[in-house]
Amino acid sequence: MDQLLLLALVALGLPLLSFVLVIFNQRALDQRAHLISIPAVAFSFGLSLYIAWLKLQTGAAALGPYEWSIDWIRFGIIPGFGPLTIPASVLIDNITAIMMVVVTGISVLVHVFSIGYMRSDERYARYYAFLGIFTFAMLGLVLSSNLFMLYGAWELVGFSSWALIAHWYERPAPQYAANKAFITNRIGDAVLFTGILLLDGEFHTFNLREIFGLVGQGLPITFSLLGFSPETTLTIAGLLLFGGAIAKSAQFPLHVWLPDAMEGPTPISALIHAATMVAAGVYLMARIFPILTADAMLVVACTGAFTSVLAATIALTQTDIKRVLAYSTVSQLGLMMMAIGAGAVSAGIFHLVTHAAFKACLFLGAGSVIHAVHRAQHETNDHEWDAQDIRTLGGLRKKMPLTAYSFVVATLAVTGLPFLAGMMSKDEILSGTLAYGELQGGIAMALPVIGFIVTILTAAYMWRLTFLTFFGPPARRTLYDRIRESPLVMTAPLLLLAAASLWIWYSINPFNPETGRFLTKWVKTTVQVIPPQTAPPFRTGLNVTPHSEPFGFAIAPSATSVLESPMPHQLALSEKSRSLTPLSMWLALGSAVTGLLLALWLYLLRSKRTPSKPRSRTLGILHEIVFRGYYIDSVYNFAVVGTVLLSSRIVAWADEAVIDGVVNATARMTVILSRILGYFDRFVVDGIVTFAGAAMQFLGLMIRSLQSGRIQTYLAWVVASVIAIFIVIRYVVLALP
Amino acid sequence: MIPVGLPHFLVLSAILLVLGIFTMLTRKNAIAVLMGIELILNAANINFVAFTRYGAINFGGQMAAMFVIVIAACEAAVALAIVLNLYRRSQTINVNEANKLHD
Repeated sequence: MDQLLLLALVALGLPLLSFVLVIFNQRALDQRAHLISIPAVAFSFGLSLYIAWLKLQTGAAALGPYEWSIDWIRFGIIPGFGPLTIPASVLIDNITAIMMVVVTGISVLVHVFSIGYMRSDERYARYYAFLGIFTFAMLGLVLSSNLFMLYGAWELVGFSSWALIAHWYERPAPQYAANKAFITNRIGDAVLFTGILLLDGEFHTFNLREIFGLVGQGLPITFSLLGFSPETTLTIAGLLLFGGAIAKSAQFPLHVWLPDAMEGPTPISALIHAATMVAAGVYLMARIFPILTADAMLVVACTGAFTSVLAATIALTQTDIKRVLAYSTVSQLGLMMMAIGAGAVSAGIFHLVTHAAFKACLFLGAGSVIHAVHRAQHETNDHEWDAQDIRTLGGLRKKMPLTAYSFVVATLAVTGLPFLAGMMSKDEILSGTLAYGELQGGIAMALPVIGFIVTILTAAYMWRLTFLTFFGPPARRTLYDRIRESPLVMTAPLLLLAAASLWIWYSINPFNPETGRFLTKWVKTTVQVIPPQTAPPFRTGLNVTPHSEPFGFAIAPSATSVLESPMPHQLALSEKSRSLTPLSMWLALGSAVTGLLLALWLYLLRSKRTPSKPRSRTLGILHEIVFRGYYIDSVYNFAVVGTVLLSSRIVAWADEAVIDGVVNATARMTVILSRILGYFDRFVVDGIVTFAGAAMQFLGLMIRSLQSGRIQTYLAWVVASVIAIFIVIRYVVLALP
Repeated sequence: MIPVGLPHFLVLSAILLVLGIFTMLTRKNAIAVLMGIELILNAANINFVAFTRYGAINFGGQMAAMFVIVIAACEAAVALAIVLNLYRRSQTINVNEANKLHD
């Protein structure tokens, strides 16, 4: 076995081992569960780092994307389909290596943070067990190279998130939130699985690279669903796969579960929002990007943009510290999707990585605040206020400086200010989108505009949150006096994550990500393998120079000739994007500063505290609408839940009236028929028997009466018989012809 | 004056037969029943003799009548012995009560 594979499998297996060990020894381990979980995940993180070093340092040319596969399930030959074998296969390329580091890295810090946050929780061991399987599921997802295995890991991610969101299942809200997250995701999973089956049905393989190769060779004529053209079918397949990503990454129609998932423990929110669950959707889109058609890309980009601006406006009105962050995540994920849809996949992945660091930092910071406020509430016996409501906070900067300043650093990052990683990744997205808009024209031009609006909104709501929480005068004096900084196990992960949000890890020059290795060497834009006729119809005639080794997917040998160099449109986009970077950077910086100043003026300078509703009436109504998340949940409740309830009521009625009616009628008919048969049996069948018996008895009686024993009776019979014989002979026998 | 012929004898015989049967079926006294039997036998004898006289049978009828008389004597002897035995057993010769054949 190859060294790389062995390392990857060990890194994958350790969190699973931690899960198995802890879940079966919950009682025995109890408050010591982290002693098993943390070393396992930390070792896994170390291995991931080593794999990434091997993979990235030596370069793709030296090791190449590593793929290993064994046959997992053999179904034999399916009639009308052919042989169906499902492999278990592992693909280690650059994107996998980076994702492994992100997943295990965030997971380790969440594990450590949880020692403090979950202390004296009664299901401490169970919590750590599920952290392990969550990490395992996500690692399995990024390592799998075929869609079937990916789907399995995908489901496992959904399950673990369900188990963790419902950690405090005694309370109804976490139960509801967990079920909502799970069911919403199931909708997406069903769509995703349909897409996977469609691809498998057409290509007879689940393997991603084989699919890319087949698409790259030009679509086979047989590739058509219900008579659509191959191009349309490929668009449908891409959109079906995107359906899964919509649910997992909380994109517009299915984003409703993510804010509710805040009911879970805060470290879980950090893990879900940064490295595991929501990253899965973006990761999937980056993975399958090579087969996205122009139409599918446009849908992805528009969905992302719409989600982004929608969530950003909602975030502006929320008062729950975690809900602001949750909508912020939805918004940032929208940006990533928009980038991928615009073709700037590497920008999307870059933002995914940097976002993982600062969003984890923000969530863990929020967790630290909540932890501190809870403790203060406990000491003052003041449970009247919601600990997560930013209107009750304020001025915490002086009480918990470590938390506050790491939070501020992360906020700077998400806002997109210089010297932080967030700026670089966000600018990559914006310049990519801008290039896409310019090349594509038309509706696509709206995407960069939305991008800049989102940047303003992001700065506004994030600084509103930061100012209200950590700056200004405290809202509750009694509470405030009792607040203390969280223990080191909690603040240390915060500081590490804040440090990871700095620019230096990604590029030496904070204003040009191209100087770093991340974008130029590690994550280059994925090659699209779509045949020219379905590729984005850019109207540009750029001079195309073939790029060397593209990141990510090594190409199936048969398709090498097609895929050696990026498609012309791909190069056009990346050239255009590079030329637009300075412009978009200034625009983005301007937007971010605008938002920041807006928040500064509204929430820190203008008045002491006005986080509550605005005074103007129209604005009040508008605020209410946005605060309720545009009533999307209510619409779902009305439209979906209502429809389901109504239809179940109809079905129940039909069941009672029609089906039960038929059954009852049948039963009644049977009873009637049986009764008729019973009568027939009793009177006809038994009647014959009884009649025969009775006749015999009667005959017997008759004959017995002949034998009276009296001589004279006998004589009388003799006489009568003689007369009878005489009559018979005389009138019957002699009368015969 | 109508000359006496075969039909007169046959009618007489039939009357005797019916009387005999009637006596035999209706009388309770066993001796009377036996007497009814004698009447029947004699009705037969008259027929035999009449057929001989008016037919061409050459004394066959007289011979049959003789046999009948002998058999009647024998039968009377046996029947009387039965009746005596019956009386000795049950102190009656009423044939209605003599239903021992029933058992």
